[in-house]
Amino acid sequence: MSETKKVPAAYDYVDSRVGISGALKRNLRKVFPDHWSFMLGEIALYSFIILLLTGVFLTLWYVPSATEVTYNGSYVPLKGVHMSEAFASTLQISFDVRGGLLIRQMHHWAALFFVASIVIHLLRVFFTGAFRKPREFNWLLGVGLLTLALFEGFAGYSIVDDLLSGIGLKIASSILQAIPVVGTWALYFLFDGQFPGVAVIPRLFIIHVLLLPGIILALITAHLLLVWTQKHTQYPGPGRTENNVVGYPLLPVYVAKAGGFFFVVFGITALISALVTINPIWMYGPFTPDQVTAGSQPDWYIGFLDGSTRLMPNWEWVLFGTYTFSFNIFFPAVVLPGIMFTLLALYPFIEAWITGDKREHNILDRPRNNPTRTGLGVTAITFYVILWIAGGNDLIANLLNLSINQVTWFLRIALLTAPAIAFIITRRICIGLQRKDLDKLLHGKETGRILRLPDGGFVEVHEPVSEEELAVLTARETYTPLALPPKTDASGVPTPGYRKKLIQAKISQWYSKGSLPIPTKDEIAAGQHHAHEALEQAEAFGIEPGKEEEISHA
Amino acid sequence: MSENKLDLNNIFDPDENNQSSSELAKPESKAPTVAKGINHYPRRTDIDPKAAKRAERQVATMFGLSALFTILFIVAYVAIPSSARISLPVFGVTSTSNLILGLTFGLAILLIGIGAIHWAKKLMSDVELVQERKVMQPKLEEQQAALDLARVGGQESGIGERKLIRRTLLGALSLFPLPFVVMLRDLGPAPKGELKETAWTRGLAVVTDVAYEKIRPEDIPVGNLVSAHPENIMEIQEEEHTLNARGKSAIILVRMRPEEIKSQQGEGWDYQGILAFSKICTHAGCPIALYEQRTHHLLCPCHQSIFDLSDSAKAIFGPARRRLPQLPIEVDSEGYLVARAGFQEPIGPSFWERS
Repeated sequence: MSETKKVPAAYDYVDSRVGISGALKRNLRKVFPDHWSFMLGEIALYSFIILLLTGVFLTLWYVPSATEVTYNGSYVPLKGVHMSEAFASTLQISFDVRGGLLIRQMHHWAALFFVASIVIHLLRVFFTGAFRKPREFNWLLGVGLLTLALFEGFAGYSIVDDLLSGIGLKIASSILQAIPVVGTWALYFLFDGQFPGVAVIPRLFIIHVLLLPGIILALITAHLLLVWTQKHTQYPGPGRTENNVVGYPLLPVYVAKAGGFFFVVFGITALISALVTINPIWMYGPFTPDQVTAGSQPDWYIGFLDGSTRLMPNWEWVLFGTYTFSFNIFFPAVVLPGIMFTLLALYPFIEAWITGDKREHNILDRPRNNPTRTGLGVTAITFYVILWIAGGNDLIANLLNLSINQVTWFLRIALLTAPAIAFIITRRICIGLQRKDLDKLLHGKETGRILRLPDGGFVEVHEPVSEEELAVLTARETYTPLALPPKTDASGVPTPGYRKKLIQAKISQWYSKGSLPIPTKDEIAAGQHHAHEALEQAEAFGIEPGKEEEISHA
Repeated sequence: MSENKLDLNNIFDPDENNQSSSELAKPESKAPTVAKGINHYPRRTDIDPKAAKRAERQVATMFGLSALFTILFIVAYVAIPSSARISLPVFGVTSTSNLILGLTFGLAILLIGIGAIHWAKKLMSDVELVQERKVMQPKLEEQQAALDLARVGGQESGIGERKLIRRTLLGALSLFPLPFVVMLRDLGPAPKGELKETAWTRGLAVVTDVAYEKIRPEDIPVGNLVSAHPENIMEIQEEEHTLNARGKSAIILVRMRPEEIKSQQGEGWDYQGILAFSKICTHAGCPIALYEQRTHHLLCPCHQSIFDLSDSAKAIFGPARRRLPQLPIEVDSEGYLVARAGFQEPIGPSFWERS
């Protein structure tokens, strides 16, 4: 027994001063559920650690200054060219610091992976309903992290001061300047005057290396602490309930798996950076405000904003004959992303209001079992992806040999129609998949094997579903929407807040459409029994199960 | 492998009271237990000692290789000059140093990761455990007790009755961050209409944007597009130490046959079919230089706005609303192109006080 064993002196030294035994005892064997989709958030976390490590390295050589210097490094084509110290020092990292290019490329790739994995992790959480009570706050933290990651990435690639990112910064300055009333002031505050000035690079630098990473780190900590206290959600399966966690212990399995996975993400980032060049700034050249590269696209995660700005009609007005309101920039670059991220952040609360569901949920939904939510998710993805594609409308026009006007008009119309179509199709597919599941429960699994009986009749062999599958298929409930409120109660008194309740109930009923009722236990048992029927029938004729092929061929 | 007989209750104290004798009696034990009703299928490595040994060797090989790659990294760091280039199929010409350093470094890290995961998957116990979950909803008594404590604390402080203290404190707390906000005022100067001005004034010669040479009309053949600046641009730049003026004074010169010009922004602002327009897009401020000779269309690479240079540079497609401002030009006594006046309207993207 443990109490008879000696406690190592070093452990005792620390424990008697810090008190770690309690925490270790509680947590060392904490159980985590296993699923590949739970690694998506891990990729984001590990990418962030890689960003911190490689970022510190870059700051050892990078000079955040717009002061003009004449390049005299080892990259010959740019020798003697005037450029900012920021760009010159980035060239130095890329060509004169051994391993510098590797670290720079790892930093850039990790940034792309960071945002990508956050987005995919967010989709996983959305489609499985993991944001439901008690995890709404963690959803908010996640949306906050995504937003900060976008700004952090933009600030990061802007401070290199190459021609491509400089154009991005110019567009950002134009967006600031398009804000009604305070726009010009906002521009002058960020840039210390007009664009480009010399202040913006050092300012973005400190935002990029201290302010935003600090906030991101704090939010990640809170995010993980909440996961830890609330315990991870799990997919339905045998033995899994709302009140337990089934999986493997932190020590040793997750220390090895999650710890190992950090090294895998790190290693793959390094290998990609070894093989695939990213952001070759030496090819773009230094920034100057009177030049531009053709086909200028931002990093992928800013693409949707570029796209919304490209699709926007040219609506700009002069108000009262004095004030210019640049709606063609302000709406697609400020208002629209504002609406998108607000809806994203509020979704858990909107859904809870619609369903009236106040229970805790620890078992994840399969996306098909909530057709409306899944439909809404695909709607949002469609909208986002069209914006993103529009960010490359020039590339598409080139590739398909179409005029830019045709591509733009097609995407404008698609942006307004395709999301609705996507919703209808997705909901239908979900309902179809639910029917298939229902069929499995009530009739067993189709095997595609047709059996000819000696009396000439044909039967199809159905197999009962496995225990594991049965647990998955039955782990849902029949969804009951809110009932329409009565106009008045029994004694004729009008229901307080009748209109609001009526609207809520109507939305609730719309939301519940397509959720098929779950069969009773008896029905399922009967169905699974029925699956044996063909085999039983065959057996009655003296056919051994498994030998049926021979007979049907005979 | 086989030592996980999962006598976990001996290792864990379920109720943190160090009463290890009573733990088995407690059904609400927090410690994980072997999940019941879940089938466990033994792995090859669970039943075949040879397979287990093989897995062990595989893991150890990966760790060993990782160490080797780290050493190779250091060798490559010392041995490969950063100027060396190598040509790879598919990936193209790349820096040898970057390639080798990245591959050795990447493999050194990756193999640790794969080794650890392989170890976990093949050799560590894969028996699923089950742990009870604490319901997040706290008990009513607990909530009440907590709120009572808060109430007691509040009462002892007297923050409820002593309104004077409460209000002055709130006032002080809401005011004290103000210095931080006020001090941000000097982030930038007040706008004084600089966005409406450019370096162009009457008589300034037009110079090319790289060599800064003056331009004669005959230097620009019909159909050509030339990027240009005012002759004093470098002086201003050196004086101001910024590229601000450059960002606003950039122009393009195009030449078309006079009969092709449908309209321009002022009577006779061209010189023999040479037109000068601001190079800065009126939408988001990108410099524009994608010119289609045949149609006289100018396409902005950022958001694909199209301007018709033969028709007063009107915005004819895309998100831009306004035309590109035109600069009236003429030739001076020596035959060089000069500005007849500055821009008659603000160039570049919109802003609130523009008109």
